[in-house]
Order: sequence, then structure tokens, then C-alpha cells
Amino acid sequence: MKICQFTNDIIASFNQQPDMLLQILIKIQRQYSFIPQQAITQLSKELLITEANIISVIGFYAFLHTKARGHYDLRVSHNITDQMLGSVKLTAMLTDKLSVQLATPRKDARVSVDLTSCTGMGDQGPAILVNGKPVVGLNKKRIEIICQLIESGTPVKQWPAEFFQIKNNIQRKDILLSDRSDNGAAIRALLKQGAQKLLQQIEHSNLRGRGGGGFKTGLKWRLCQQATAKQRYVVCNADEGEPGTFKDRVLLTTQADKLIEGMTLCAGVINSDLKRPCKGFIYLRGEYQYLYESLEQVLQKRRDAGLLGKNILGKQGFDFDIKIHLGAGAYICGEESALIESLEGKRGIPRNRPPFPVTKGYKAQPTVVNNVETFINAALIAIHGSDWFKKVGTEQSSGSKLLSISGDCARPGIYEYPFGTSIKQVLVDCGALNTQAVQVSGAAGFTIPVQYFGRCIAFEDIPTGGSFIVFNQQRDLLDMVKNFSDFFADESCGFCTPCRVGSSLLKQLIDKVHQGLASNRDLDEIKKISQLMCKTSHCGLGGSAPSSIMDTLAHFPQLYQQRLKNMNNEPVFDLDAELQQARQLNGVDNV
Amino acid sequence: MSTFQIFYLNGKPIPFKQGETIMDAALRAGEYIDHLCHHPEFRPHGSCRICMVELDGKSVSSCTQPAIANTQVDSSSDEMIEQRRSLLQMLFVEGNHICPGCEKSGDCQLQALAYQNKMLSPHFKHFFPKRALDASHPDVIIDFDRCILCELCVRASRDVDKKNIFCVDGRGINAKLIINSPGGKLGNSHFSADDKAAQICPVGAILPKHQGYDIPIGKRRYDQQPISEVDMDNQEKDQQK
Repeated sequence: MKICQFTNDIIASFNQQPDMLLQILIKIQRQYSFIPQQAITQLSKELLITEANIISVIGFYAFLHTKARGHYDLRVSHNITDQMLGSVKLTAMLTDKLSVQLATPRKDARVSVDLTSCTGMGDQGPAILVNGKPVVGLNKKRIEIICQLIESGTPVKQWPAEFFQIKNNIQRKDILLSDRSDNGAAIRALLKQGAQKLLQQIEHSNLRGRGGGGFKTGLKWRLCQQATAKQRYVVCNADEGEPGTFKDRVLLTTQADKLIEGMTLCAGVINSDLKRPCKGFIYLRGEYQYLYESLEQVLQKRRDAGLLGKNILGKQGFDFDIKIHLGAGAYICGEESALIESLEGKRGIPRNRPPFPVTKGYKAQPTVVNNVETFINAALIAIHGSDWFKKVGTEQSSGSKLLSISGDCARPGIYEYPFGTSIKQVLVDCGALNTQAVQVSGAAGFTIPVQYFGRCIAFEDIPTGGSFIVFNQQRDLLDMVKNFSDFFADESCGFCTPCRVGSSLLKQLIDKVHQGLASNRDLDEIKKISQLMCKTSHCGLGGSAPSSIMDTLAHFPQLYQQRLKNMNNEPVFDLDAELQQARQLNGVDNV
Repeated sequence: MSTFQIFYLNGKPIPFKQGETIMDAALRAGEYIDHLCHHPEFRPHGSCRICMVELDGKSVSSCTQPAIANTQVDSSSDEMIEQRRSLLQMLFVEGNHICPGCEKSGDCQLQALAYQNKMLSPHFKHFFPKRALDASHPDVIIDFDRCILCELCVRASRDVDKKNIFCVDGRGINAKLIINSPGGKLGNSHFSADDKAAQICPVGAILPKHQGYDIPIGKRRYDQQPISEVDMDNQEKDQQK
């Protein structure tokens, strides 16, 4: 099909709405492996968005390109957990065998290989995305087969099914994962009790956001309910991008019904007078695109059962439906206001606050944005009551928390614990031996040394979005620090000065330490930049980017000290390296 | 006047109306807070972070933060100056700024703020980005080396000129200003030297052609007086008009 025709069809299927730009670009990218200029021109004409604007949106998302990728476009997950499972060597093997360089498509356009941020397969890595589909459990044999399949031109659909078999690895269940309530039970509870009473239940339960922020869910819903609105929106943040977390992937796979139930409940509560329309979105990270079809099926099944759509469960005027929007490779879109920008089809730049999304969110209307796990918990509270919920966990952190456990342990996977469970207990259960440290809550989280293993997972102690990466005594924690500082330099949106420049400066300095070329002065510099980023960044990304550096400097100073080339506070200067460029330009090597 | 409340900037009482930002209230009261991406004629942007202040000990950007009654705002402590200096140094090493050869020297807000905050060197390692100059337009030149991504031209072209000529593309350290025209050249766009966007650049990135050094270096706006005084004097004159 001609590019023009294809683009027009896609635009028409999205009703020519400019805020669907990102969704349209994702479809074009999938068809052509890039966004051709012709398509950009067409989009600009039809959607009334400037070409530069469209290019700037493409340039923001790692999975969108203005130049053609290979027919087989491979993205190797580059998280520290993948590295610990050997991804660096396997990537080298892959590019070697395919005679391709990272980030540059092969001359025959057959294949391109790139690195990408954590793909959410930490318990079964190393992982790779092949034309967007995840292949897990990479090893030498799989790499060899993949190379053969690519060279022989075998369509990805015909690749061995076991390559794409993603395990749930549920290792420990608590109230959430063991719940067996009927579909619709939470909505029936809402209709029976009424919105106000149900909201009181949510408030009384002390449910707090499970994405990591910990904001009180009941309060969020109430603020949204009270805000003046033409329309209200319910958004599920399924942009699980924090390195090392994958619990939302498992929830989207096994608990989609309950998630949608929680979103419907929220719609019923925040739009309690049923006078205005209320719409929902699931913002699904691009890496989880493979879950799109199954989620659509669940949505349809619920529409057919009267649990979604018009007059839900026969209640006149209770109208609510949900659309799935895809992300396209941008960690920052997990931040709620950036996510809303992305939902509106724009670059995912976090907004200035106030106003907060509860009063001015999607299309400047009151919007609740909650994590997958939060919505499911809300549904459970509606069904079983707030007292039932509060029996689990601690006083300040009621309920349970799903942990995504990966790294050096015998049994990686999903563990659901009551809040208040100690790190030590978690390590015993997952079979971690000789543990040196645990990185809790991902790259933006905390590096926990042995002496703190008695501390607990709880909002009042160690809060977490769910990532839990174990490092044994053999690991060099500076590899982790380097991985995370690369990650933040890649994922900084570039809006504010301290994060845009600081994250790249930190990356350079950490590289310098890692290579054994740094002095004490560089460490002072690292601390200074870290503090500056924490204090002055526009959003949480810049503020938390230096956290693993600060934590390891505090708890593992020897990691840095033992690598210093020069213990003095003077700059380390490598004369040979500095002269290298001049020598090349002059074609001499004897100066 | 009963609608006014008070906060304290470096100990001085500043009146403000409900919803007004710290920056707007301070400027109206004749108190300068260092800033780059902020412009009184445009909606608060909050990207350069030069205007960060401490509001009762909490770090906030004064151009976006609504003032709060009876709070203490600090913008002048040594710590605040050092913080601003570091942010300015970051802006200097991110691009290629060669002040002695720049037509904007003495009129440049980045340079003036660097002087005001006693910046003596760029301190950080230079990135030395390779950015091509665009001289394709008959009346205006764009030197991307000097762009600090304040997006004032983006906003002016979009909100005032209604031309939408500029955009920021890429992300992280690779974020860059791009132009909406065939081939991305300014000369192929509808840009005009009369546009608001042609006059708003706080640095020497967007410059008029065919004129240079009409006022000798040394006699320009910020050569004689610090930026805080110049801007406040100008504002006073504007108000008298």
C-alpha cells in the first residue's frame, strides 16, 4: 500500500484527532519501521500540526524513528538485571554474528540492533524486543537461532513459540493475588452503598498509591470529585518503566478484570452525580505492546457483560468506557503529568504544578491517575471493606505490596507481602545468599546495605514502587551505578537545565570513576552535581537520578576510593588522551 | 488593597494577590529575582531553574510557584548564589559560548547573570556540541551554539506571531531547537525580522543580520550596571509611561 493511503487510513481510524498523534505514529512506525517524510507531511496537513512539531514528537520517543530501521528491529534490554545475566556478552555475540553495529541498521536493511531501557522481564532475562515483541531467557543457543532466523528471513510470527513465552513467576500470594471475587462484585458494592459511602471506605482503608508516590488514593479521588469539570477522566498508569519492576506486567496478564473493575469504581465515585461523561485510559508502556490484544479482549468481554460501556449493570446514566493508549519508549511518561501530555499525543514533558491533575489533567479536566496495583486494591476494598484491608500491613501502610524480585536469588519473580515485611525476610524467601546490597524501588530508589536488612517495606520505612534487585558479594556495585547513570542520561526529557546537563555530566564522571581515571576532586564534583539536581530539578526524575550514587557513596565509599587514580584533590589529566585528536588531525603519532 | 497579602523576600515584605507567582509579585514590587526563561509577557515556563529560591526552606522555582502568605523567601544567600552559578555554568558548557566574539556581548542575559553571580569560569567539562549555524534567512541569523533552550522564541512564535516556527526536538542533552520549514532552514520559513520571536532571544542565538557593533562593547546595557538594576530601572520607566 502507498504510504499516503496507509497514513490516511490510520488518520481516519483515529477520527482525525490531533491528540491521537502519538498513537498514529506508533502504527506508522510498525508498518514501515520508521515515519517516512511523506507520512509526516500528510499528518501535518490532516491534523493541522506543524511538521516540526511532529518531528519533535518522534524525536522524543525512543521507539519512533525518522530513518528506516532494519526489517528485523532488535532492542536488547540494557538494565543491570539483564547485564547480571550476561546481556553484554550476548549483545556482542549478536552484533558480531549479524555483522551489524549498534544503533546503525545493516547495509542490506535486514536488521538493526539497539540497546533499550529495562523491558520489564527482570526475572527471566536477558530479554530482547524483536519488532516490539519480547523474547526472554536469551542465551548463546537462542542468539544463534535468532541469527539464523534473521538471515533466512523467517517472519517473526514463525519463530519458535517458546521464545515468546513469558512466565508470571508468582512466588508468594497475599490478599490481592489470592482474591477470587466475581467480576462485577466491586461495582455491585458501589451501586449498593452509593458513591459517597464507598469513597469513605477507600479513605478509611488508608490505601496509598502503589506506583511509589504513596499519595492517599481516597483523597485523590475526593479532590477529583470536588473539582469543577466538563468531563472527568480515569487514567491507569501502566507505564511500568522503573528498572527492575515487572509486577504490573503480571497484574495486566492475570488481573486485568480487577484492574478495569477498579477503574470503573473510580469513575463511579469521582463522577457520582452521573451528570457528565467520564472516560478512561490505560496508558500501556510500549514494551508491553504484546499485552494490547488480551487487554482489548477483556474490555470487550466486560462490555458484553454490561460491566463497561453504557448504563453499567443497568444503572441509568452510569456510562464509562476505556481506551488503551500505547507509550513508545520514554521512562519519564511514568510521571503522571508527563503521562497526560503523552496521552494528549505530545512530548512527555512533566507539567508545572500546581495545578495538579486532579483539578486540571487530561485536556485540562479533573483526572485521576493511579497505578495498576492501586486500582486493583481499590476494587478489593469495595468488595471486602476497609476493615478487612486494614488488617493487613502496618498502621501507616495498610494492605499488601507486590515486589518484583530479580538479581542474585534462587527464585526470582513476584512476591506479594503485607507491608511491614523486613528485607531480611524477603531475601530468605527468594533464596538470596551472601547478599551485599539490595536496590529497592529501582534506579530512582534506595541502595540498601546489609546493616539495614532489618528494615521494612512500608511507606514509613522503605517505600517502593515494587522493584527489588538483589546483589551478592561477588558483584561490583559500581556496575549498577554506571548502568543507572547511563539510564538517567538517556531518559532525561531535557526540559530543565540541572537534569538535562547534570545527568550527562554525572554519566561522564561515573564513567571516569569506573575506568579508574578519577581523583577525589571528581568525587566532590559528583556530590555537588547530585545535590544540585536534587534541589533544583523540575520533576522527580532529575531529583532521584543521583540517588544510587548518593547511597553508594554513603554506604560503600570503598567502591569509589579503591578505583581512584589520584587520592589528591587535583584534576586527573591524561595527556595522551587529550592529544589524541590533535595527533589524528595532523597525521602524526610522535608528539 | 485588602486583597493583597504579604510574603517576605530576603526579609523585605512583598505584597501579592491570590494566585500570583513569587516572581511576578517580586518584579512588580521592584525586587529583581534572577531569571532566564521567564518573561513577564509570557506564561511561566520553569525550565532554566535560575530563579530557584527557598520558600520556608523548600526549593521552588519562583516563576511558577504561587506566593504564599507570611512565608520567608530567600534568593540572596551564598548558597542560592552558588546554586545559580552552577546552573549558569551548566548552560555555558552545554553550548558553545564565545563571549568576546559574540555580537550580543553586553546585551546578553546569560552573560549578565554570570557576572552578577560572580561566575569566573565554566567550571564543568565542555560538551563542545557540533551545531550548524543557519544563515539562510535574509534578515536574521540563528547560531544554535548559543541556544539555551529557554523556548522564548518557541512561545513568541506560537502565541504572539501565530506562526509556530520553532520547536524543541530530541531529549536529554540531545534536546535541540528546530525550525518548521521544508529542510528545516529558517530561510524557507515564514519568519520575519519583525516577529516577536526575532526580538526575544535572551542570548545571542537569534540575531539580526546587516548590523553589528552599532553600540561598542563596553557601552551596552549590561556593561555599565548589573542586570538586576538595568531590568528594574527599565521596568520603572515603563511604569512611568
